[in-house]
Amino acid sequence: MILNGSEILVNVLIEQGVDTVFGYPGGAVLNIYDALYKYSDKIHHYMTAHEQGAAHAADGYARATGKTGVVIATSGPGATNLVTGIATAYMDSVPMVAITGNVPTQLIGCDSFQEVYIAGITMPITKHNFVVRKVEKLADTVREAFRIASSGRPGPVLIDIPKDITANKTTFVPAEKVVPAVKPAKLKNIEEIAELINRSERPFIYFGGGVRISGAGDELRELIERADIPAAHTLMAAGVLGYKEKNNLGLIGMHGCYSANAAANRADVMLAIGTRFSDRVALNTEKFGHNSRIVHIDIDPSEINKIIVADYSITGDVKEVLRELLKYVKPAKHEAWSEQITKWKRDDYMPENRYDVLLPHQIVDTACEYAGEDAIYVTDVGQHQLWAAQYLRHVKPRNFLTSGGLGTMGYGYGAAIGAQTANPDKHVVHFTSDGSLHMNMNELCTAVSYGLPVITVIMNNAVLGMVRQWQCSFYERRFSSSEPERKTDYVAVAKAFGAEGYHCETPAEFEEAMKKAIKSKGPVWIECKIDREEKVLPMIPSGATVHDTIFK
Amino acid sequence: MKKQCMVLLVQNNAGVLARVTSMFMQRGFNIDSLTVSSTDNPHISRITVMTTGDSRTFSQIMKQTGKLVEAKMIFSVEPTFSLIRELLLIKFSTEGNDTETLKKTILDFGANVIDMSNGCFVAELTESPQKIDAFLEAVSSYKIIELCRSGAIALERGLVSYELN
Repeated sequence: MILNGSEILVNVLIEQGVDTVFGYPGGAVLNIYDALYKYSDKIHHYMTAHEQGAAHAADGYARATGKTGVVIATSGPGATNLVTGIATAYMDSVPMVAITGNVPTQLIGCDSFQEVYIAGITMPITKHNFVVRKVEKLADTVREAFRIASSGRPGPVLIDIPKDITANKTTFVPAEKVVPAVKPAKLKNIEEIAELINRSERPFIYFGGGVRISGAGDELRELIERADIPAAHTLMAAGVLGYKEKNNLGLIGMHGCYSANAAANRADVMLAIGTRFSDRVALNTEKFGHNSRIVHIDIDPSEINKIIVADYSITGDVKEVLRELLKYVKPAKHEAWSEQITKWKRDDYMPENRYDVLLPHQIVDTACEYAGEDAIYVTDVGQHQLWAAQYLRHVKPRNFLTSGGLGTMGYGYGAAIGAQTANPDKHVVHFTSDGSLHMNMNELCTAVSYGLPVITVIMNNAVLGMVRQWQCSFYERRFSSSEPERKTDYVAVAKAFGAEGYHCETPAEFEEAMKKAIKSKGPVWIECKIDREEKVLPMIPSGATVHDTIFK
Repeated sequence: MKKQCMVLLVQNNAGVLARVTSMFMQRGFNIDSLTVSSTDNPHISRITVMTTGDSRTFSQIMKQTGKLVEAKMIFSVEPTFSLIRELLLIKFSTEGNDTETLKKTILDFGANVIDMSNGCFVAELTESPQKIDAFLEAVSSYKIIELCRSGAIALERGLVSYELN
């Protein structure tokens, strides 16, 4: 079958199981968009307001489904606008294939109109990238990109295609969907590690996104139940264990539960599973887990001994490793340790409810009450993100989408759009703030165009809350550029875009708004006025330990 | 802090060197010297990197490099079991130098004089980095016009074979 490069590209996308792509057209991708037009019955393209929104949408789609997200952009500014979205996916190990057009081969290197060396720009934020120089290599290059994106520790891959390659013709040979490459785990010391766990008096598990990606929630649950091990999760692993499960201590780290951080500090054996000791968890690398023998399990060999030197380590897929480990771990009870943890739990931070004004934890709780445990919750970045992480009733591993590693303000709306396209029957609730929303609020037009009923809950404290919180705690309340005095009328903006908007100042008003929002067929914005003095608590400052926890 | 030598066998693709050096810069790893050369396999290039760091850093360098898709094989080279060589070209002035003693030093180190011109001559030395350092130390009191030193290349002694990833 003789096809042009664009038709080959779209055929390979279909062959790889892609039915949804996000993007924005432009000169260098006109041929590709012509092919998308031709195959529009097999592949649905969502056009966003800005390429960054499209990249976040592909990311949100991938996180919510586990499939590889696809984004398409034109050369030059189209390609550079993807950069933040690609870096966000890279930091959180999200499988993504980004396709950029480029100027025709003979114009490359001539500073041509809308030319940029996107392969060079994205080298440090992709697992790998390709520049396709011959149409004969296009099909296999795209297949290889999908293989790399989904193998091992997932991540983004970029394919840059000059315009002439998208027009040139060659024979297309169909192939099967690629299978992710699997490297068997190195299990040599598995019995030794099991023995360590069996002998432990104060075991503790700290687990991260690797458990979610690997789909190893059941194996983790079996381990913590059988061997009676309390476990705490990172931001990337919220929902892997249900919020009510007995040994789930909740979030660990800078804004984690006091009991989780205290347990990490006092444990005699710490299993770090599918996680990377980031500076938001191992706040002080000398003291984190210093009373423990540390066992580190991760699929990425470069994570072992990168931040913390582990006493034992296993490189491999978490599910495979845990299944093997479970063969040797014996049932146990650690009564004294459980009692100690129960005591610490009494010191966990518990905000009180009020009924006259809106409080962040109540907003999260009410949203959860109405949207339900099946809903997908998406956040932007800042105080509201941590409140959502702390107070949502997490029960499902792919229902909490947040930019953890890169901390991208403006991530939320695009990601929510991606999640909603993949799950038309589920509620998608996007928690944001006045700061984050102003970064990419333009994507509201996308949700309106496609009738995506994303519910956006804006926690409006009229300041950049997290910046201001640090200025309160560490800069003697010198509020440099954190109180922008914006006069945005969110209800009017929502209406102007063609969406519904509500303004709330009390819990009763918010409940009314949520009732309407969950029935809406299109996007809704709900502005919630909150006090600028609200803080994310507890907090352990950078470089400090659980003993330095700030509670107010 | 120790000097270490590592060898990467990489796919001979455009941009592969940029990828390796970009990763070193991104993570703040030192490159003391770097040499890229062709091999008996036209699809494979050989990159030899000399670096300075503690063993944990070196292990990180090896593992991070191992994640590059185009890196097919990575190994560290132990000087005891290997031949590590650099090439030095050095141009001395004949004016104001005791040429006789200088030439004796050059011969003592196994270097050759490869060019004589009006007022200057060029010596060449192929040796281990340490020997080249020692030679440069030995001739440091002479008037040197310019010098140029390659990065290291390395081969392990004896019969060794590599399986590419």
